[in-house]
Amino acid sequence: MITLDLLVARFPALDQAQLQEWIAEGMLRAEPGPSFTEIDVARIALIMELRNELALDDAALPVVLSLLDQLYTLRRELAALRGAPPSP
Amino acid sequence: MAADPYGILGLKRDASAEAIKAAYRKLARKHHPDLNPGKPEAEARFKAVSAAHDLLSDPDKRGRFDRGEIDAEGQEQRPTAGYRRHADAAQGARYDGQSGGSPFDDLFADMFEARRRAESAPRPGQDESYRLDVTFIDAMLGTTTPMRLPDGRSLSVRIPPGITTGQVLRLRRQGGPGRNGGAAGDALIGITVQEHPLLRREGRNIAMELPVSLREAVLGGPVEVPTPSGRLRITLPAHSDSGRQIRLRGKGVAAHGAEPAGDLLLTLKVVVGPADAALDAFLQDWTPSETEDPRAALDFPA
Repeated sequence: MITLDLLVARFPALDQAQLQEWIAEGMLRAEPGPSFTEIDVARIALIMELRNELALDDAALPVVLSLLDQLYTLRRELAALRGAPPSP
Repeated sequence: MAADPYGILGLKRDASAEAIKAAYRKLARKHHPDLNPGKPEAEARFKAVSAAHDLLSDPDKRGRFDRGEIDAEGQEQRPTAGYRRHADAAQGARYDGQSGGSPFDDLFADMFEARRRAESAPRPGQDESYRLDVTFIDAMLGTTTPMRLPDGRSLSVRIPPGITTGQVLRLRRQGGPGRNGGAAGDALIGITVQEHPLLRREGRNIAMELPVSLREAVLGGPVEVPTPSGRLRITLPAHSDSGRQIRLRGKGVAAHGAEPAGDLLLTLKVVVGPADAALDAFLQDWTPSETEDPRAALDFPA
């Protein structure tokens, strides 16, 4: 579990109000506390990269994330159907 | 993941370089292994403090850490695919395509719905791209040229004077046909202007070399010059050396819209011509009135 403090240390550019918004909009999940798992941290990195480096605006971001989520769900289902174990 | 180096040194993220050094010295003194024999935790702490100081005292590394490019151990952060590693694995289910039921249904339902709507709506045709080679003279003076398309249609393409390689002409409504009453797309014609062996473009001016005989160069007089806009008679000033430039106003790239016509720039080139016994004999007997070294200006440092 990764605490908010560690998260801030990891992402100095992270705005906490923004973080709360992402959680409120369902783009990001957090455990009560709040604390975060490794995938949440990777997702924060992804969101920040999409916003800051790829200049996606805030309206496009949830759309892109939702499509990505559907894509990864499909990829996992496909891997399961192929009988391949999900990659580590 | 190693702990936050700022935390280890007990500093805020905006700490100055002096503050970092001071905090490091204080902690290093306290935890130095030689001063704390038999206390392995002090050694570990000292190592952590040293590593944190190494990272933060180097402005370059500190900047990279602050931007998240390297982690506290100085390891490069994986720039991309960090998320994919998780999302492809079982824990990716945490962000399952949020719509309940099988994700297949929704994804495809949306796609089919969008497609159905797109098919019944008026849809403009696609823009089609073509290439057209234009001769140097046509690009200079402008022209209208027929162009046959792969589908058999023939277009009449108006080439404006002064067009350059890489420009694209857009012919409205000459591209792919529209569907359901949509307008046709445009034809986009990429222009390549061919080179010319004698002429060179300099903006809206045209540069050309004009060979003149020795006699014409010395005595001057009228000469006839073939140019892209026809044969012109010009009067050569006497004593015209090689390299002298003569500007023929308005004989360059033709006027177009607000752009006035360019000029034709002739650069003289004296041509001695084939061997001539009379000229040889004359020059043998000739003593120049003023002996001036034509190479005087070639002044290389010794």
